[in-house]
Amino acid sequence: MNTSLEQEVKSICASCDNDRTRMMDIVRAVQETLGYVPGHAMDLIASELGTHRVEVESVVSFYAFLSSRPQGKTVIRLCDDIIDRMAGIEHIAEVFKEELGIDVGETTDDGALSLEFTPCIGMCDQAPAALINDVPVTALSSDRAREIVQGLKNGEMPKKLVHRLGDGNNADPLVHSMVQNNIRKRGDVIFSDHTSHDGLKKALGMSPAEVIREIKAARLRGRGGAGFPTGMKWDFTRGAEGEHKVVICNADEGEPGTFKDRAVLTERADLLFEGMALAGYAVGADTGILYLRAEYAYLRQYLENVLKERRDKGLLGKNVCGKEGFDFDIRIQMGAGAYICGEETALISSCEGLRGDPKNRPPFPAQKGYLGRPTTVNNVETFCCAVRIIENGAAWFANLGTHGSPGTKLLSVSGDCEGPGIYEVPFGITVHELLKEVGAENCQAVQIGGPSGQLVGPEAFDRKIEYDDLATGGSVMVFNNDRKVLEIVDYFMDFFIEESCGYCTPCRVGNVLLKERLAQIMNGKGTPEDLPYLERLGNTVKTASRCGLGQTSPNPILSSLQNFRSVYDELVKPASDGMQPSFDIAAALKTSEEIAERKSTVFTTA
Amino acid sequence: MTKPKVATTSLAGCFGCHMSLLDIDDRILKLVELVDFDKSPVDDIKTFTGRCAVGLVEGGCANEENVHVLQDFRNHCDILISMGDCATMGGIPAMRNTIPLQECLDVAYKTGVTVYNPDNVVPNDPDIPLLLDRVYPCHEVVKIDYHLPGCPPSADTLWEALVALLTDKPMELPYELIKYD
Amino acid sequence: MSTTITFTIDGVDVQGEPGQTIMQAADAAGIYIPRLCAFEDLSPHGSCRVCTVMVNGRPQSACTQPISEGMTVENNTDEITEIRKDIIEMLFVEGNHYCMFCEKSGNCELQALAYRFGIAVPKFPYLWPERDVDASHPDILIDRNRCILCGRCVRASRDVDGKTIFEFVGRGPNKRVAVNAEANLKDTDAAVTDTAMDACPVGALLKKRVGYATPVGERRYDHNPIGSDIESKRTTTA
Repeated sequence: MNTSLEQEVKSICASCDNDRTRMMDIVRAVQETLGYVPGHAMDLIASELGTHRVEVESVVSFYAFLSSRPQGKTVIRLCDDIIDRMAGIEHIAEVFKEELGIDVGETTDDGALSLEFTPCIGMCDQAPAALINDVPVTALSSDRAREIVQGLKNGEMPKKLVHRLGDGNNADPLVHSMVQNNIRKRGDVIFSDHTSHDGLKKALGMSPAEVIREIKAARLRGRGGAGFPTGMKWDFTRGAEGEHKVVICNADEGEPGTFKDRAVLTERADLLFEGMALAGYAVGADTGILYLRAEYAYLRQYLENVLKERRDKGLLGKNVCGKEGFDFDIRIQMGAGAYICGEETALISSCEGLRGDPKNRPPFPAQKGYLGRPTTVNNVETFCCAVRIIENGAAWFANLGTHGSPGTKLLSVSGDCEGPGIYEVPFGITVHELLKEVGAENCQAVQIGGPSGQLVGPEAFDRKIEYDDLATGGSVMVFNNDRKVLEIVDYFMDFFIEESCGYCTPCRVGNVLLKERLAQIMNGKGTPEDLPYLERLGNTVKTASRCGLGQTSPNPILSSLQNFRSVYDELVKPASDGMQPSFDIAAALKTSEEIAERKSTVFTTA
Repeated sequence: MTKPKVATTSLAGCFGCHMSLLDIDDRILKLVELVDFDKSPVDDIKTFTGRCAVGLVEGGCANEENVHVLQDFRNHCDILISMGDCATMGGIPAMRNTIPLQECLDVAYKTGVTVYNPDNVVPNDPDIPLLLDRVYPCHEVVKIDYHLPGCPPSADTLWEALVALLTDKPMELPYELIKYD
Repeated sequence: MSTTITFTIDGVDVQGEPGQTIMQAADAAGIYIPRLCAFEDLSPHGSCRVCTVMVNGRPQSACTQPISEGMTVENNTDEITEIRKDIIEMLFVEGNHYCMFCEKSGNCELQALAYRFGIAVPKFPYLWPERDVDASHPDILIDRNRCILCGRCVRASRDVDGKTIFEFVGRGPNKRVAVNAEANLKDTDAAVTDTAMDACPVGALLKKRVGYATPVGERRYDHNPIGSDIESKRTTTA
């Protein structure tokens, strides 16, 4: 490394106080400066931070947006989730490959451009989409893809490729994005026009215990999908021993098909930060962290500015709103491409500058979370709900939705429907009602709650979207009769294999084995015995995995086996005469026949 | 009453499992009282003379002939047993499974440090069975009823297993008889 | 203050001390809970999941879960046995395990668990991953074909030796143990006397020139199943 680069790395480390826990910021900055994090930079970072090179490598190798090998100055990441595939991303990929003269996973000879696939970037409502460095380009067409490559080849900055601006704050100069909000239905809680922004002030007039009591009375449950009672979580954090408690906002919505936080961050950033401060007051925290997924980096500057404005207004910082002794500020922690970091303990690991491995529980974050401090991690939407509850009272909120699932829910609807976008609906809406609302016809299946949720068919369309029936963190993907169920399942398994942290055995190995057997069935080489095999294996992965990812990763297979059994039954055939249908003699001999330049005489049909 | 017939073969194995079978010592006299041997290197019968009660397969499938013989065994035997690690998991021949086939051949016949092959010829007579892309355990090619791991399985393991099968007893091998080495 | 916590494992009353994990209390009571990533005094890792037990009906890893008064632990049930077998078999097919020539055979904990559970062959297909061998160090060999990613060497080197020679890199199926150097163990300050070198349950981290020292028949698990030492401590019967 030449001296100037060495200086650069050193100054990046220094700008983060040579603090090992800021590793994410450091390696992200090095990646941004050098285009990758080479071995000698790892050595240097390790020595500046007083840590070990292999620990730096451990972090860099974990996150999809970081690389230890040279990458193009500009990286084009095509979103290849199932919805984008349905919208033709594979065709778009062909255009990019042709125009760039490289394959996916490669870099152009001049080192200028790299082409990659990436899982859901939160733009399913405007698929096919891609990220060009931080800049989202949506509703791609072949022509548009060609223009983009031309522009980049001409040396244009990715931001210049934004040829039209989206609605609302997407057009704000600090966002400057072509992303459309697609807020198609506004409910009473999040996107209602009546946000008074006095929830925080009202809360500061109450005691923290009263605030928590109010949240409990509203029966607010976490909006990320698991539905843990928010008031209880805050109570645990408040009651935990330890100083400098922490409030973390999980803005790492990586569940394929979810994009509602994108709109909240764009249009309701103030409400969110107000909610975080309110939570900080309730639990007795002084530190707030917004963990922002790397895919939403285009919102960062805007959000930083909102934070700055709030500091200027005294809504953050020392003595928030003049409340003596309540100091609370928020920093933004960028992610770097890892679905697992949506899991709260993995997210905390990431904030601490570590690999995004989930932590062992107990201790729970409320007892010992970020840097060992009592920590509450809540969803973007949950914080917003909390503000509105304090504004309007618990009874107002509890009367919305259903008894077990009060309030409204933001649903991100995508796939085969007329109106893909965000719908704020009261909990308890049936699938059927929702499908009508979004204009979905000939609907074969709906994936509720993303890959980790349930794939349900028409016989379940009378079921309700709520915690106690069909739970969802917001993802609703609609599939019409032309879609192949097992292709959807197969993609979801690929996703989990890609995103597993690999910490525990069942998730690391089991998902690969599930996918292997599914592929066999899809290739017409499955037997009826393969179905109980999948069920047993799926159950082991669900039961024995360490965190929510593994505990839900077999769901695509298990829920499709349950709800679309006939699809499997049509494909499997009993094995004849003791042979294993999965053994393919023709494939097994192919290489040999090529090398020997002769055909098998034993297996002439091969 | 005719005695049940037993067939044995060694596919991609080293005949070590067959040696272990012979290691049952004087119990072999009891064995011939219990069974007749059909196709087997033990009696050098090359082709099946009829249906067999038990087939013992040593070795995994490394080439097309192994597959052919194994399928032949499956077609002729009521119960098929994988005998030894090569049959149950590929064994030492399976060490090539992570190396491309061309590279294996090159090292074996051309570039290996102990190779003396002045003509630089890789044998390719039509009579030589074609290699498979990798070595397969037997149960990935045909259905296998019982697995006796070990390199080789001990004579006691083979004896206990055979006697249990031939006397219609459940095959429950004690701790010390299931070993992988 | 020393109070005693009473709970049950498979219906048997077990006493433990506050702060103990289920595994610690079970060990003391002579009840063996199978394990791979848990090792002596190293901090619990909870990664292999072999020690999965049902705690009041919910799956937990016994090596990380603290005991509490009145809890019901299921350890030796058909359901759990099936799960444990699946996990052990996953570890066999995930790597390239050639027991027939491995120096660790007979003393290997993974192999011993498979023996204990009577596994003749995994029900899963072998995955034959490409893994590398690092023989660069004069006294130590790393064979990643055999690595089961239990993290025992990682923790021993970091927490006991204070060296951090090993750490995990990559994720998912590509996760592996890397060394604190560009590529090779010889470029680290690893020493054959490090406690980490005795931490490996399988034959992935070996001392050179000491293999096969114990004759077959005298090795650790030749006659007695893994866990027998713990079970021999049991004084009461269920």
